[in-house]
Amino acid sequence: MSFRPTASVKNLELRSKKLAQLRSHFAEAGFVEVETPLLSHDTVVDRHLHPVLVSIDGEDLWLQTSPEFAMKRLIASGMDAIYQITRAVRSGENGKLHNTEFTILEWYKVGQSYEAAREFLSSLAEAILGISPPEQVTYQDLFKQSIDLDPINDSESLFTRRASELGLHVPDAWETLDRDSKLDFLLADAIQPQQQSRAMVVYDYPASQAALAASNGETAERFELFINGLELANGYHELLDAQELRDRNRDTNKQRLADGNDRLPEESRLLDAMDSGLPDCSGVALGIDRLMMIAAGTESIHDVIAFPVDRA
Amino acid sequence: MAVYKTNEFRKGLKVQIDGDPYLMIEMNFVKPGKGNAFYKCKLRNLVRGTVLDRTYKGGDSLEAADVEEVGVQYLYRQGDTFVFMENKTYEQYELSSEQVDDNWKYLKDGTTCSMVLYNGNPITLTPPNHVELLVEYCEPGAKGDTATNVTKPVKVETGAEFICPAFIEMGNVIRIDTRSGDYIERVSVK
Repeated sequence: MSFRPTASVKNLELRSKKLAQLRSHFAEAGFVEVETPLLSHDTVVDRHLHPVLVSIDGEDLWLQTSPEFAMKRLIASGMDAIYQITRAVRSGENGKLHNTEFTILEWYKVGQSYEAAREFLSSLAEAILGISPPEQVTYQDLFKQSIDLDPINDSESLFTRRASELGLHVPDAWETLDRDSKLDFLLADAIQPQQQSRAMVVYDYPASQAALAASNGETAERFELFINGLELANGYHELLDAQELRDRNRDTNKQRLADGNDRLPEESRLLDAMDSGLPDCSGVALGIDRLMMIAAGTESIHDVIAFPVDRA
Repeated sequence: MAVYKTNEFRKGLKVQIDGDPYLMIEMNFVKPGKGNAFYKCKLRNLVRGTVLDRTYKGGDSLEAADVEEVGVQYLYRQGDTFVFMENKTYEQYELSSEQVDDNWKYLKDGTTCSMVLYNGNPITLTPPNHVELLVEYCEPGAKGDTATNVTKPVKVETGAEFICPAFIEMGNVIRIDTRSGDYIERVSVK
């Protein structure tokens, strides 16, 4: 067993430099750095996220999958431009692009429009990575341009036909996957690998993939940053309606149970904050380790983390 | 039977698919941040050697294959059946000539091989990379010809024929690479 880091000293030094750059970028934009707990009574209710519950001093607490709830509670309490760089833990996520425990940068800004939020994310990528401005492309156009498929209007049988024409090895359970899971697979297996040497902000996700973003019923005000096919960040023009979130939590738990996963607690202090009034805002979460992969020009997350979970 | 869930999938796992044992030789985990997790696997059939590409979604599972590798000694051949004995337990295993395939060429009394057992039954046999075999018959070579580029067939104690340099004589022991069937060198002269 080796005690040494999997990342080179050069990459660890690059990490330190990029973190310092990020902090000054946020300071210059008027953001306040905050710290919120790693352990929480609440957790995000997401169909495909598996939070870890730990027992400490006779109390069960969740390790955060992101600092979203706590940061929105600060926004609802009067702070208006905040960011933090912290750790998040997600069970079942380990591989070349994932580490069970990872570093997440998350920020929120009150009054920032959907367009302005995408613009801010683009300019951050430009400043930190020294790249030209990422293209803005809708989720629908990305699918149309890359694999000639309309993700919003085409039928699932057409998805199946395109997958076979593209020679993809679809999951055995393909026919039992719902529409969004089929889209997830096409995005991950056919589209992302085509995006080498391209930076883009993909926006207007299908409403069924809104998560915590505001939605108009057909598309959600949700956006993601991809660089060279690597998914780096996820942002929302935030959902403000508490009742809508309660409905989504209930539906998500139904899907989780159908998938064979545990039900997650639907009530939370975030809902209390939304009941009392969350101001209009946008927020983004960005994977720092993946940002470092792009900065270092490497293919594996192990090249930028000192001690990945296998060596932790 | 034990079951592996997708979050336990990793290179080197031995699993069972449609009744056959497979070795997971590659595993790639892909997951959109908010989306379903997919596990893209390459699996090698441990009986036939063929490679399968399969994708699984988070929450799927595969049955573990009861596969184990043991050291065996070749004992003897009876018609189409080859008999081996496990070094540690002295348990005897039989393989058909079809399962032994071309490896019969390298098997002499006591040759130590590695055998893969699936559900307790032998499925594949791997002889050592190099074996030493006694030359039983060959045409005499021209006197003084030690060049290795002049070759001839020689018949060894197992009954197999190998292409060797012309200077090899009856009674010599030669070393053969079992992965290619190539002559390597002469080990001894009687």
